[in-house]
Amino acid sequence: MLSIKNLHVSINGKKILNGINLEIKTGEVHAIMGPNGSGKSTLASVLAGKEIFNVTEGKINYFGEDLFELNPEERAKKGIFLGFQYPVEIPGVSMINFMKVAVNEQRKYKGLKPLSAADFLKLMRERKELVELNSALTNRSVNEGFSGGEKKRNEIFQMAMLEPKLAILDETDSGLDIDALKIVANGVNKLKTKDNASIVITHYQRLLDFIVPDFVHVLYNGKIVKSAGKELALELEEKGYEWIKKELGE
Amino acid sequence: MNLKLISKLEDEFIYLFNDNLEEINNGAPDFIRKIRQKAIADFEKLGIPDKNNDDYRYTDFRKIFNNNYKKLFKQEKYEVDINEVFQCNVPDLDTHLVLLINGTYYENNKPLENFPKNVIICGFAEACKKYPDIVKKYYTHNTKTKNNGIVALNTAFAQDGLFMYIPENVILEKAIQIVNILYTTEDRMIQQRNLIIAKENSQAKIIICDHTLSEQKYLTNNVTEIFVEKNAVFDYYNMQDEHNFAQKVNSIYLLQKEKSNALTNIISLHGGNIINNVNVLMNGEHCENQTYGIYLADKEQHIDNYSFIDHAKPNCTSNELYKGMLDDKATGVFSGKILVRQDAQNTKAFQANNNILVSDDAKMNTKPQLEIYADDVKCSHGATVGQLDEEAMFYMRARGISKKEAKMLLMFAFAAEVINKIRILPLQERIKDLVEKRLRGELTRCANCTINCYQTD
Repeated sequence: MLSIKNLHVSINGKKILNGINLEIKTGEVHAIMGPNGSGKSTLASVLAGKEIFNVTEGKINYFGEDLFELNPEERAKKGIFLGFQYPVEIPGVSMINFMKVAVNEQRKYKGLKPLSAADFLKLMRERKELVELNSALTNRSVNEGFSGGEKKRNEIFQMAMLEPKLAILDETDSGLDIDALKIVANGVNKLKTKDNASIVITHYQRLLDFIVPDFVHVLYNGKIVKSAGKELALELEEKGYEWIKKELGE
Repeated sequence: MNLKLISKLEDEFIYLFNDNLEEINNGAPDFIRKIRQKAIADFEKLGIPDKNNDDYRYTDFRKIFNNNYKKLFKQEKYEVDINEVFQCNVPDLDTHLVLLINGTYYENNKPLENFPKNVIICGFAEACKKYPDIVKKYYTHNTKTKNNGIVALNTAFAQDGLFMYIPENVILEKAIQIVNILYTTEDRMIQQRNLIIAKENSQAKIIICDHTLSEQKYLTNNVTEIFVEKNAVFDYYNMQDEHNFAQKVNSIYLLQKEKSNALTNIISLHGGNIINNVNVLMNGEHCENQTYGIYLADKEQHIDNYSFIDHAKPNCTSNELYKGMLDDKATGVFSGKILVRQDAQNTKAFQANNNILVSDDAKMNTKPQLEIYADDVKCSHGATVGQLDEEAMFYMRARGISKKEAKMLLMFAFAAEVINKIRILPLQERIKDLVEKRLRGELTRCANCTINCYQTD
């Protein structure tokens, strides 16, 4: 579904990604790990279409389409979902209204009628249960005054509402206590089908105890320096990122 | 005689006053004549503010007032029954409706149904003759013609407007809706004077809708005096929805007595040049005041909101919030002053002015001022001018919401904070609807009104 070839990205003239290659097929879960500053979040943002980054080289193909031809909203409507590392607070825009517009824009794109108010609320209720999201939160403004954990759960809730084909979860585990982590992971696992895929970006191995990846990639200095099965995550946890640096001869 | 050299602009008004004095007075009682004479003398001294005036540095009053507007001092006759053409069918907004045309109380206003008998609503000119004692007791008591040339000009010339008197202990459950209609075939200058008195322990809400029914250029210079007495509750909402050739100066003088609660909320949707002056004097303890405004401007429109909140007595609270969005080459000004006098201990006064510049060419000047002479006060002020939050835009787009829709949601959310302060729910809903339409660039004309009182550029 997704094919990244030789991706080079810079911001304000500073090179961040230096030739990424990655193939993702439906039904797969990929974990991307790496030390701080290795370019993990940049990769996620570029996939979602954030415009401040400058793609200097390379291609991304998504279901046969050139991803760079699509703006962020088109990508979202075609099934790409970014779970933000730092979800944005939007005072004055209610969660309900926000979700209603998002769901209906997607339905419109698929040629479906907008959901009726009753059906929409029913869908919200179901999906909220999936991530055990407090009902009161959806009556508030988007992310406004949410705790760190609530924000992350809210991301997974939105993912559950939109049912993406490709979910990119950018450090969804950071700042989560173990109970919240289990709830979030559980939500992700329940949404997994043979037709979708996810990229789980994380700094720590812990999340991968609950979301079992098919592949683990180590990103370092803007390049994928190592790819293997889930055992790589455990090895990293044990030996730390220093080990990778040594292997690379630094 | 003042020998100071005055320019032609002021001269014209003074000649006009002297030449038409009898018509302007039109049988008004002596005390009104005296007030006019003093006002024209004050005007002669003060003139129309220029750019050296600290309060209005970014608004060119002289340009706004310098135009060949026609000024009429005789009662006009209209061939059509305005009641028939104007029907405000804002859903669920059940009000007592009163029409004013070109600044004059419409003579064929329908009688108000189920209206308390002791409440007076009539034209200001009529009130001067019928209720001179009441008018005399209040008129110009809280406006200072000696330090504001524009108010002095209005006081000298204004013949009619709205007069409203709510006696003690009367609670008006339905809001009173005043529709100011501009309807002429020539470019006109209109000076309207409103006097509203809410007596002790009374409660009332008024909604003022400013509309234009014809495309001519207008200059309106209106002054409204509102007296909210002990323990009274009063709401003033003003919806300004005119056209690009409408020039509007709207000065409000609100005086509050002890334990009163007053709110003003000015919703400026459309106009060429709009200048709102809100002056609040809290002249009794334990008053609560809320001063709000929302303004949306685009093209080459200009909006200036000046406010002055005077905490003269202890234990009063004021909350002030103005929010604006400027697009294209629109320009905006906020100038807000809070004065806490030496006696006014335990004052709470809060002021905020937030602006969004939607385009690169829009411009906003904001000047918050606090002047505090008491030592036990809680005050804050803040002003922001910014763009739409790019991070929030991206967040929404990443959920499949189009750029245009995301922008709409953000702008609407920004405006909603002020609209939510409206204490009449159907009006709140209506204004939300209008603001949304305005933001989407659709006509803001009330959907069910039979008149296309809307602008053509």
